[in-house]
Amino acid sequence: MNAILSKLRADRRLLWIAYLGLVLLLTTMPFLTEMGLGRSWVRILDFVLLYMMLALGLNIVVGYAGLLDLGYVGFYAVGAYLYALLASPHFGLHLPFWLLLPMGALIAGLFGVLLGAPTLRLRGDYLAIVTLGFGEIIRVFLNNLNAPINLTNGPQGVNLIDPISVNGFSFGGMHQVFGLNFPSTYSYYYLFLVLTLLIIFVSIRLEDSRIGRAWAAIREDEVAAEAMGIRTRNVKLLAFAMGASFGGVSGGLFAAFQGFVSPESFNLMESVMILCMIVLGGMGNIAGVILGAVLLTTLPEALRYLGPLQEFLFGEVLVDPSNLRMLVFGLALIIIMIFRPAGLLPSSRRKRELQPEPEVAAQEQATVYDSKR
Amino acid sequence: MDIFLQQLVNGLVLGSVYALVALGYTMVYGILELINFAHGEVTMVGALVSLAAIGAILGMGLPLPGVVIVLLGLLVAMAVCAALGFLIERVAYRPLRNAPRLAPLITAIGVSIVLQNVAMLIWGKQYIPFPAILPIERYEFLGATITNLQIFIVLLSFCAMGGLVLLINRTRLGRAMRATAQAPQVASLMGVNVNSIISLTFILGSMLAAVAGVMVSAYYGLAHYYMGFLLGLKAFTAAVLGGIGNVGGAMLGGLLLGIIESLGASYIGPLTGGVLGSHYQDAFAFFVLILVLVFRPSGLMGERVAERP
Amino acid sequence: MLQKLSISVLSCLFALGLGACGKGDEFSMTTSTPTTPPSKSANIAEVAEIVKIGSVSPLTGPQAHLGKDNESGVRMAIDEYNQAGVTIGGKKIQFKLLSEDDQTDPKTATIVAQKLVDEGVVGVIGHLNSGTSIPASKIYSDAGIPQISPSATAVTYTNQGFKTAMRVMTNDAQQGKVLGEFAVNVLKGKKIAIIDDRTAYGQGLADEVAKVAQAAGSQVVAREFTTDRSTDFMAILTAIKGKSPDVLFFGGMEPQAGPMVKQMKMLGLKAQYLGGDGMQMAEFVQIAGADGEGVYASSPGNPLEKMPGGLEFSKKFTAKYGKIQLYAPYAYDATNVLIEAMKKADSTVPAKFLPVLATLSYSGITGPIAFDEKGDIKGGAVTLYRVQKGAWVPVP
Repeated sequence: MNAILSKLRADRRLLWIAYLGLVLLLTTMPFLTEMGLGRSWVRILDFVLLYMMLALGLNIVVGYAGLLDLGYVGFYAVGAYLYALLASPHFGLHLPFWLLLPMGALIAGLFGVLLGAPTLRLRGDYLAIVTLGFGEIIRVFLNNLNAPINLTNGPQGVNLIDPISVNGFSFGGMHQVFGLNFPSTYSYYYLFLVLTLLIIFVSIRLEDSRIGRAWAAIREDEVAAEAMGIRTRNVKLLAFAMGASFGGVSGGLFAAFQGFVSPESFNLMESVMILCMIVLGGMGNIAGVILGAVLLTTLPEALRYLGPLQEFLFGEVLVDPSNLRMLVFGLALIIIMIFRPAGLLPSSRRKRELQPEPEVAAQEQATVYDSKR
Repeated sequence: MDIFLQQLVNGLVLGSVYALVALGYTMVYGILELINFAHGEVTMVGALVSLAAIGAILGMGLPLPGVVIVLLGLLVAMAVCAALGFLIERVAYRPLRNAPRLAPLITAIGVSIVLQNVAMLIWGKQYIPFPAILPIERYEFLGATITNLQIFIVLLSFCAMGGLVLLINRTRLGRAMRATAQAPQVASLMGVNVNSIISLTFILGSMLAAVAGVMVSAYYGLAHYYMGFLLGLKAFTAAVLGGIGNVGGAMLGGLLLGIIESLGASYIGPLTGGVLGSHYQDAFAFFVLILVLVFRPSGLMGERVAERP
Repeated sequence: MLQKLSISVLSCLFALGLGACGKGDEFSMTTSTPTTPPSKSANIAEVAEIVKIGSVSPLTGPQAHLGKDNESGVRMAIDEYNQAGVTIGGKKIQFKLLSEDDQTDPKTATIVAQKLVDEGVVGVIGHLNSGTSIPASKIYSDAGIPQISPSATAVTYTNQGFKTAMRVMTNDAQQGKVLGEFAVNVLKGKKIAIIDDRTAYGQGLADEVAKVAQAAGSQVVAREFTTDRSTDFMAILTAIKGKSPDVLFFGGMEPQAGPMVKQMKMLGLKAQYLGGDGMQMAEFVQIAGADGEGVYASSPGNPLEKMPGGLEFSKKFTAKYGKIQLYAPYAYDATNVLIEAMKKADSTVPAKFLPVLATLSYSGITGPIAFDEKGDIKGGAVTLYRVQKGAWVPVP
């Protein structure tokens, strides 16, 4: 794969062809998926993109700034409920999405600062438990704020949330374009794709920016970073706010896509899964995070075919697939981590940290040489 | 007043349950700086194994008193959990000892998912009742009620803590453990077999988890393959509250968490004029935790130590 | 920067492609299975047309035992029809159960709903919880496939205006009314304490009971809460003890109800314990032991042993799948209703038999079943049970 990539880098024409192929593939992805795997996989594809956004958001906090956050799902919940409450019959409000999504980002960002502020002095596992607690506090409040005033409708959740619609084009309905059927999962796919690409773009720009380098410095050594004149407080808060705002946007999209939100969707396991995506894929590396999101979203769904697979292999279902599914998933987590401890696609910095010395030296020489050329 | 006293008693018992689980948690953390997310699941396995053993003994129809049967079940559970703890460390944590810090966290989550599902395959999906073979006596004093089992749990958790403190501070093994925790390389230069010390820590921690599991299922009267998750979470919270890695801290954190939850459930409602109620009990506990950590970033009894490079 | 973008996007693509290929193989296997049926049933399958029926319930997680119970109920009904042999529209029909796990997660619920629709099920029995039935109902409605929940009780589920969403279980309002009136009129509760587990089910039922009890002139002296994961209720029970109520109602399931009743005894709280269908199950009696004696709980429909075929059902079910947990009879009835509607309409096409289903009257083992215009069960009898000598006995 590396050979292909370096070849691509060398030849500009090949690169453009690769881009063209990529654009083509991404635009036809839902059609290909439906043809190859069935319509339910288009919905899974949408969730893959949604989790990519979430994972990229958390990557800013955990991967870039090195702050272990186990309550990320709280921001997702804030975004989702904001959208749900202001665009559903619950309060009779139906605000448009172009107002609600930025609002979701803003308010989730504020919550990010709210979480960040008291935890600035905490490190590692202490930070993990506080963020975990913060996520749980948000869920508990969402679950219980139906009395004395009914704000969130409590455990019953908010139903009949408006789908996203632009100029009368509702993403929620079935559409006919050029004689092709466009169910809502298709419309949402393109919307999610655009936003995911935007978030990928922002992530890349952030990584190499002044702020990105400040985050890396804090991650590696907070005391040294402070000594170098980095305002660790502001920079850390910014990481929380940025990560949270991505979560808020994803939450709003989730609410519009599902049409129903309830506190059950925002439990601790969800946070843990998003963290798993990052660590499994390769913390701090955008490609890795994307791969992690794809794998961990599709794997549990793919494992549903364990039943038919057994039928195919042995002629009957020997072990109940529902019993096997999560077992295999857990085993996969362990095995991947043991064989790729830095993640499937580790970031270059981490790779260097982990490799034995002579190789590091050789690689560093190579990079120096590269940059001179 | 009698309500307040009763709530203190409730909190003390609940806290002792948390502390029993938290002790094992904190031991492993103290030596490896690893959040062993699978610890709650080991507790669950302990509970289910002991129930299976108790069921088998009852099935034999031996004329043994209930306490003896439970003790035998406990012994079986401790043996199984010790083996399990050893195995988990060997398979899931040892290969990752020099990996980035978050890697073992993910394998820990993997292990807990695997344990849950294996337990589900073995023991099924239903809740398993604990047979009523223990003689339960109720005592009343000053309007508060306490049972002999509750008293036993509180005493047991204090004994477990005392035993651990003695082990760590007074024995050769404890010294080796402390050395391993501080600097594994140096410890191995001094003739400490770091690998076997870590294995031993896991075995001890898992045996404690088995004890906790049996106590939980005896006290609440049931066991289930999913019971480890919440228990592990509460224990983790308790351990951090007290200062993770510190045995006394785990005990203090457990007791405090129990008391905070009890008093919270009882008094949030009246104090907020009925706006918030006992459904905010968990939120309240986490709120107190955050508050404590803001003022003491390493927990109540944790020392401020420089991060390991 | 551009290069970096290309690398990450390419690897994303690579990953997607990889995932897609891997699954593609598996999927082609699954789609090929119906055409190569297992040899055991080859002699039937050769001539029979296969009609798929979906069942969705949590098969992992804390409610897995209830989910499995529902699935077994559906499976038993389908097996019986297959054994007897069904002919619809002149063709021999072989029913095939597709069972999915929704993990009580609303998001997963929509994914599996779509999966079942894709695989061409003609009807779905499920989901178990209200929180999963509601988001999934939109997908079944869009596909025009009837969904009969054996156990979802939230009023919202049938209130969305979907013609395809039905249930054979009484909703919270129907059951809450009976329970509230029972607490006031029969148990003579003047001071009532209410606990719920903050799930859609527990809270919905508890709120309804509170409303009815207050309207009937009783006083709700304490309103406490727990979660569906908790096992320790000493704190809230102590707070309730201070208010000395006559009746304590719990809206929740048996894993909480069992330990709760033990802890009531531990504290010496003497109120009469009362619950809904979530705790009217054999396991509650086992967990609570002697402390469960005299507890009341309701269950929709009529007692199994009084219904024609009820005893026979419980015997057969127990022999095949073990003890009935809770909703298996309702899942069984829901499946029967679905298939009877197909037989009556003489079609397995959802659009054709859905109107028949909506107006069908069927005598099930849990009681007479007919749907009102919303899809709720008509009449919706509720029976109260009491634990006597370690077993639930219907209250006359």
